[in-house]
Amino acid sequence: MANLTINGKTFTLDVEPDTPLLWAIRENAGLTGTKYGCGIAQCGACTVHIEGVATRSCGVSVSEAEGKKITTIEGLASGDTLHKVQEAWIAQDVPQCGYCQSGMIMAVAALLSEKPKPTDADIDEAITNICRCGTFQQVREAIHTIASA
Amino acid sequence: MNKHISPRLNRRAFVIGTAAVGAGLAIGLDLPFGGPAVVRAADGSPEIGAWVVVRPDDTVVIRIARSEMGQGSLTGLAQLVAEELECDWTKVTTEYPTPGQSVARKRVWGDFSTGGSRGIRSSQDYVRKGGATARVMLIQAAADAWKVPASECAAANSVITHTPSGKTTTYGKVAEAAAKLSPPADVKLKDPKDWKLIGKGVKRLDTVDKTNGAMIYGADIKLPGMLNAAIKDCPVFGGKLKSFDEAKIASMKGVKKVVKVGDTAVAVVADTWWHAKTALEALPIVWDEGDNAKVSSESIAKWLAEGLNNDQPAYVGNKNGDAKAAIASAAKKVEAIYSYPYQNHATMEPMNATALYTADKCEVWCGTQNGEAAFAAVLEASGLPADKCDVHKVMLGGGFGRRGQTDYVRQAVMIAKEMPGTPVKLLWSREEDMAHGRYHPITQCKMTGAFDANNNLVALHYRLSGQSILFSLRPEALQNGMDPAAFQGVAQSGEAAFGYSVPNLLVEHAMRNPHVPPGFWRGVNVNHNAIYMECFMDELAQAAGQDPLEFRRKLMGNHPKHLAVLNAVAEKIGWTTPAPQGVYRGIAQVMGYGSYVAGAAEISVTDGSKIKVHRIVASTDPGYVVNPAQVERQIAGSFVYGLSALFYGGCTVKDGKIEQTNFDTYNSMRINEMPKVESVMVPSGGFWGGVGEPTIGVAAPAVLNAYFAATGKRIRSVPLRDQNITFA
Ligand code: FES
Ligand code: FES
Repeated sequence: MANLTINGKTFTLDVEPDTPLLWAIRENAGLTGTKYGCGIAQCGACTVHIEGVATRSCGVSVSEAEGKKITTIEGLASGDTLHKVQEAWIAQDVPQCGYCQSGMIMAVAALLSEKPKPTDADIDEAITNICRCGTFQQVREAIHTIASA
Repeated sequence: MNKHISPRLNRRAFVIGTAAVGAGLAIGLDLPFGGPAVVRAADGSPEIGAWVVVRPDDTVVIRIARSEMGQGSLTGLAQLVAEELECDWTKVTTEYPTPGQSVARKRVWGDFSTGGSRGIRSSQDYVRKGGATARVMLIQAAADAWKVPASECAAANSVITHTPSGKTTTYGKVAEAAAKLSPPADVKLKDPKDWKLIGKGVKRLDTVDKTNGAMIYGADIKLPGMLNAAIKDCPVFGGKLKSFDEAKIASMKGVKKVVKVGDTAVAVVADTWWHAKTALEALPIVWDEGDNAKVSSESIAKWLAEGLNNDQPAYVGNKNGDAKAAIASAAKKVEAIYSYPYQNHATMEPMNATALYTADKCEVWCGTQNGEAAFAAVLEASGLPADKCDVHKVMLGGGFGRRGQTDYVRQAVMIAKEMPGTPVKLLWSREEDMAHGRYHPITQCKMTGAFDANNNLVALHYRLSGQSILFSLRPEALQNGMDPAAFQGVAQSGEAAFGYSVPNLLVEHAMRNPHVPPGFWRGVNVNHNAIYMECFMDELAQAAGQDPLEFRRKLMGNHPKHLAVLNAVAEKIGWTTPAPQGVYRGIAQVMGYGSYVAGAAEISVTDGSKIKVHRIVASTDPGYVVNPAQVERQIAGSFVYGLSALFYGGCTVKDGKIEQTNFDTYNSMRINEMPKVESVMVPSGGFWGGVGEPTIGVAAPAVLNAYFAATGKRIRSVPLRDQNITFA
């Protein structure tokens, strides 16, 4: 059993402490917006915020995440108000297949909360998610649009 | 009154394939005795022909048979229908008919296959007619109600107007009456110059759910009582499963069953996938690896190299003059050997499918590029007839050709068959996905060019050796043993025609099929053929002491469309003006999937081994551009896919198995490595070419040619990581 605080809600989950947070989120809490891409912290598809920090949830165990504030893509908006990254993503049609985009959006949201006006170099350093569809150009443009708003 | 339209005759009532769970669309054909027949969507709204459903609130539901995997065809196809329908684009939504429904209705939605950049170009005609048909019926229904001739009425934005009187009504109001009319026998499509929606970069219809976690991919399917399966197939292709020790994992948490899947694989079914995967990893498995365990990349390379020798048999794919004789007597000869490796699709979402099998029904939920092929796989694996099976398509987390295959669908059904009544979701680990791809085929190529005393290219011999995709996947498409698709980009004519005129030309293929299963990988045979030909063109230009662009141009006089995109790219990159200090350029062109494309790269190289790609210019002439915003994204995306393969890709074989296991050993480029891609669209009209794939062909050769310009060194094999060359 583990207690996880996800998107402001407490989940009491029947899960072993060494289970990767990714699978507790997807299978036990039932929040499938967070995606599995590699399971070895390489691709970023599983990125969530833990205490506001972009974290690859496949590389964190449930026991490490207990007692911390976890935010997934489902909890990024405040109620009906979309996060500015989601808004920009919609306005600029960033996603292609979209499978990497939950992780991409979470990574970008964390970057912008730390650096509201990131340079290209900041983006290059902070956004290391894989997108096999190749949406990078739209990702970069959308980040700059948000930053200059 | 339009003579073609009259109330439809009675037909017997039937209801087709209502999905018990999930997002299926129910279609009922309600038939009061003696009255006209109306086909209804799940919510009761009437169909106006098979492609269009109109709801009372004027919402238009457009049926899409092809699959959306990120390429934007869902939106593009809807634009095609809506253009002719004259409906309000802001009220358009889409739905997938199921393959089972299609079969029950005599394939009313045509081909479901979504590959070969064919989604739009091979269905544009009949989907536009579907839209036009519905428009004619809606207008007729309004005219009937007003008792005026339909010819006095016009439609725009879902509003029908009787022009003389100014009376108006909307599609939603006349839909019921329209649905009772028989469709016109023939409709006239708009002249392209009158298009309002086609050619516009309208927003995609599927974006919102991709930004909030709501989009359901195959991996996200949840069904009541569902269990999860993890699978391991014999890592040596062609090997078999010998035994496994189930007792060792029987007591592990959540494990429900261990299932032998065919002759080659074993799956663990558990409450959660994490439990299934953990138990599978602990399961002792003995494989019968067979003879293929002796195969390695080295042994394959050696075998392919033999095929480059002229004494070995080969299929001739393109020929004029006598290349061998002309080469033998030429003033100057240039020769080079290139190679291209296996590549995994590595779709972001690993393969998966969810199946529910009962004694008299089998349903599957999955992402597939070919609903009908998946459906056929369900029939075969379940042993049930077509009216007892169906496939519910969901969004694909990438396809790139991989999800046109149905291996994972078949596996899911075989597992579910062992647990009747329980839905089972099979999800491959990334490692399984890397080990059991349908790989970009492996080839080598020897090219010989010959010049006369004035440095005119008089002969070219292009000799491919290597794997045929069709041999393995569609043997019925071979022509007397020859794989015509092997010559994509260097073919005599057709949708992937060679763009140069050489007086003596011989293009041939020594087919050698190693045991590694090949597949259609974005761009398919265009990838290596474009690298070989376009890099060698640069070598020839160099040998002739000529500028690579000028050298090409001289050979392209008979190929004006190829030349036009090359010129467009040259102009945009500024070929004739010097590049910035330390920056070097490369250029390439090819034709594939009915489109003419060219690309140019600007790069700088540090220490001979660190490449920074500063700028990419890519041009395409696909005939018509349906949605320029999406075409632009496909072009940029194709460069990411193509350059990832060039720099980081390559799957190698050891002991009969693929060595790469995950993104740590099969990397993919990131945002910091992404150059700016500038697209130049030059649609010349009159034909429909593909978009998703063609430009990938020019990505690698443009960069490789720029690398030569920068360093004076030729790179003739892929990936660059094997040569210690990487992104700066
Ligand atoms: S799934 Fe966690 S980084 Fe790839
Ligand atoms: S949008 Fe498909 S992987 Fe990024």
